Amino acid sequence: MSEAQTSHSNTTAKAKNWADAKPVLKVDDLRIHYETPKGAVIAVAGISFTLYEGETLGLVGESGCGKSTTAYGILQLIQPPGHIVGGEIGLEGKNLIGLSERDFRRLRWTKLALIPQGAMNSLNPTMKVHEQIADVIVTHEGRQSKEKIKQRILDLFKTVGLPARIYDMFPHELSGGMKQRVCIAMGICLNPTVVIADESTSALDVVVQRVVAQTLLKVKELLGVSMIMIGHDMGLMAQMVDRIAVMYAGKIVEIASVHSLFKEPMHPYSQVLIDSIPSLKEKKPLKITEGITHDPRNPPPGCIFQLRCPHVMDVCRSKEPVMRELKPRQEVACHLYEVDAKGEVKNVAASA
Amino acid sequence: MSQPLLDIRNATKVYQVGGGIGSKKKEVVALQNFNLTIADKPATITTIAGESGSGKTTLANLVLGFTHLSSGNIVFQGKDISDMTHSEILDYRQNVQAVFQDPFGVYNPFYRVEHVFDLVIKNFKLHKNDSEARDRIEAGLNAVGLRGEDILRKYPHQLSGGQRQRIMMARAYLIKPKLIVADEPVSMVDASLRAAILDVMLKLRDEENISFLYITHDLSTAYQVGDQIYILYQGSIAERGPTTSVIDKPHHPYVQLLVDSVPQPDPDDKWETDIELPDEEVMRAADAKGCRFYPRCPNRWDHCLTAAPPLFEVAENKHEASCYLYEPKVAVKR
Ligand SMILES: Nc1ncnc2c1ncn2[C@@H]1O[C@H](COP(=O)(O)OP(=O)(O)OP(=O)(O)O)[C@@H](O)[C@H]1O
Ligand SMILES: Nc1ncnc2c1ncn2[C@@H]1O[C@H](COP(=O)(O)OP(=O)(O)OP(=O)(O)O)[C@@H](O)[C@H]1O
Ligand code: SF4
Ligand code: SF4
Ligand SMILES: [Mg+2]
Ligand SMILES: [Mg+2]
Repeated sequence: MSEAQTSHSNTTAKAKNWADAKPVLKVDDLRIHYETPKGAVIAVAGISFTLYEGETLGLVGESGCGKSTTAYGILQLIQPPGHIVGGEIGLEGKNLIGLSERDFRRLRWTKLALIPQGAMNSLNPTMKVHEQIADVIVTHEGRQSKEKIKQRILDLFKTVGLPARIYDMFPHELSGGMKQRVCIAMGICLNPTVVIADESTSALDVVVQRVVAQTLLKVKELLGVSMIMIGHDMGLMAQMVDRIAVMYAGKIVEIASVHSLFKEPMHPYSQVLIDSIPSLKEKKPLKITEGITHDPRNPPPGCIFQLRCPHVMDVCRSKEPVMRELKPRQEVACHLYEVDAKGEVKNVAASA
Repeated sequence: MSQPLLDIRNATKVYQVGGGIGSKKKEVVALQNFNLTIADKPATITTIAGESGSGKTTLANLVLGFTHLSSGNIVFQGKDISDMTHSEILDYRQNVQAVFQDPFGVYNPFYRVEHVFDLVIKNFKLHKNDSEARDRIEAGLNAVGLRGEDILRKYPHQLSGGQRQRIMMARAYLIKPKLIVADEPVSMVDASLRAAILDVMLKLRDEENISFLYITHDLSTAYQVGDQIYILYQGSIAERGPTTSVIDKPHHPYVQLLVDSVPQPDPDDKWETDIELPDEEVMRAADAKGCRFYPRCPNRWDHCLTAAPPLFEVAENKHEASCYLYEPKVAVKR
């Protein structure tokens, strides 16, 4: 059978043994604000999750919910007026917050690599493709023979499905998809432990996307990296990740195995996300969720999803729901569910 | 048929690349003998899909006048855009609006979002007074799920990618053009907002009679909203026709691969096989003559190398595929 098949079953097997899975990256109550003249934008409002060794964690949620900010926060690349207000980030047992910029710079790319959203547009327009990748390698590893670097870059090209002919090209001579793959090559060129890919396949057509997605999975298996995949393509998520964290307005509202999230999403927002996946099998009316997200500077008291939630109740307007493990490995922050004395989960709305 | 809104005839675009010290200039054929017609009425959504590098953005740039054809014509409402007078060009710029693939590049980082709208209002003289201008801007933003008071005072870097994309759509909405060229307008938003933006497109089509050239690699959204679809492969049309017909029953071997590669949103239905892309050198080797898909095609035979396959009708309503499998006499022979 194909390699992709084997790699999928491997990851699933690993996922099933979480009891002995080793945490690689632990994010605890991370809070990030952007200061503006009219008050702080609460971009990341206290999120916690663990990334286990060898797993791929999907981070999904609507535009502006704080996914990229979370990624930048983990790498401590938040630029003013943004700043980390609180929380802890542990990498292989070491707290990263408070590390000096000098110490952190050593970790970036070699331990933690980010393929930023829109990276393809921030490629240096005056540098040839190979020079930009060589730059990353030389900056972190020091000088080395030209031949060696060239071979390495050509190997990277092959890994991400780029033709050798672009070696000497400038970014503007490449299609969007090619540029995106150059950025992926840059992200993995130093064999990092954790790769955060922010919308890395969203500008690619499906065939290339599939090749790149499978490449990312292969690279992941090969180098034993753990991966956080930020995106909004639920189809791709279903194919690629082991677990999914759903974010809404700066908070994680549900985190579950990919299987549970697709088959039995529990948080109303996750349900909306799953329901609105466009189908290639039947033409159905677009499902639109009404309502506008609140002002991120002034979240309402209580649940952050209350303005768009079809099941909103009184309690939601005053009390903030906390993340609870309602089913094994499925954590949800929502008042809809109650756990009775026997440990059974009840839907409050359904019984009322 | 009355005069079409947009008529693209035998459009070819060749880029010269390289040519630095010691290296020879090479030609990249980004678009080859491309034909497309968008009727004036009723307004339609025409999808351009195809792999990365197949020439989609090139087509958008040509229609928007950002770059010029190597040969062929682009005719808008009967007028070739390459010989328009100054005032016709101004008119054309108002009638044909863009929503870009790359929402990061188009904003001036020093101006707030409201500047984008003020410019539009001023340049296209859309308002009678300030309060009407405000109302129109607010309506445009609300149409894409944003609130003026939140967004207008922000600087571009303070917005998320999807917010920028929606602002571009709101901007285009304000101008009420005849055609919106939307290059990957929903590539950054999540499923629920994507539905909202696509709904904006449908509304603009049905209520404002605005046609779309909808460029995307996402076949599932095209399937939901698109009327006609053109699937490009290396600058040529591989298959075209009514969207549902093409996606439900793709005929061209490349389009079959494309439709088959759409990730199923079901973790129990995972990709079974690993697909590989042949080297670009190999893929491009067939450039000169014959079918461009030949190096990757599971159905190829010698005949495919004789000349580029023209479009053959494969189903009703002008559903056509550029593949010799559907050449009438060959089909009989095989
Ligand atoms: N420099 C900044 N100043 C003020 N607000 C900011 C700044 N950068 C981001 N924000 C705000 O922080 C929030 C989170 O933005 P972020 O880019 O993390 O979202 P995202 O989830 O990555 O969205 P997308 O899917 O559109 O990329 C948004 O409301 C955004 O407007
Ligand atoms: N300014 C340019 N100079 C040279 N070659 C170019 C230029 N712009 C595009 N090309 C080439 O033309 C071809 C088509 O590119 P285009 O950007 O139109 O692709 P696309 O279909 O939009 O791809 P994507 O889905 O990745 O955005 C590619 O081979 C690209 O390398
Ligand atoms: S807590 Fe209330 S408002 Fe929030 S998601 Fe649950 S039911 Fe909806
Ligand atoms: S013309 Fe021949 S090579 Fe080209 S797609 Fe059809 S069968 Fe394949
Ligand atoms: Mg982002
Ligand atoms: Mg493009």
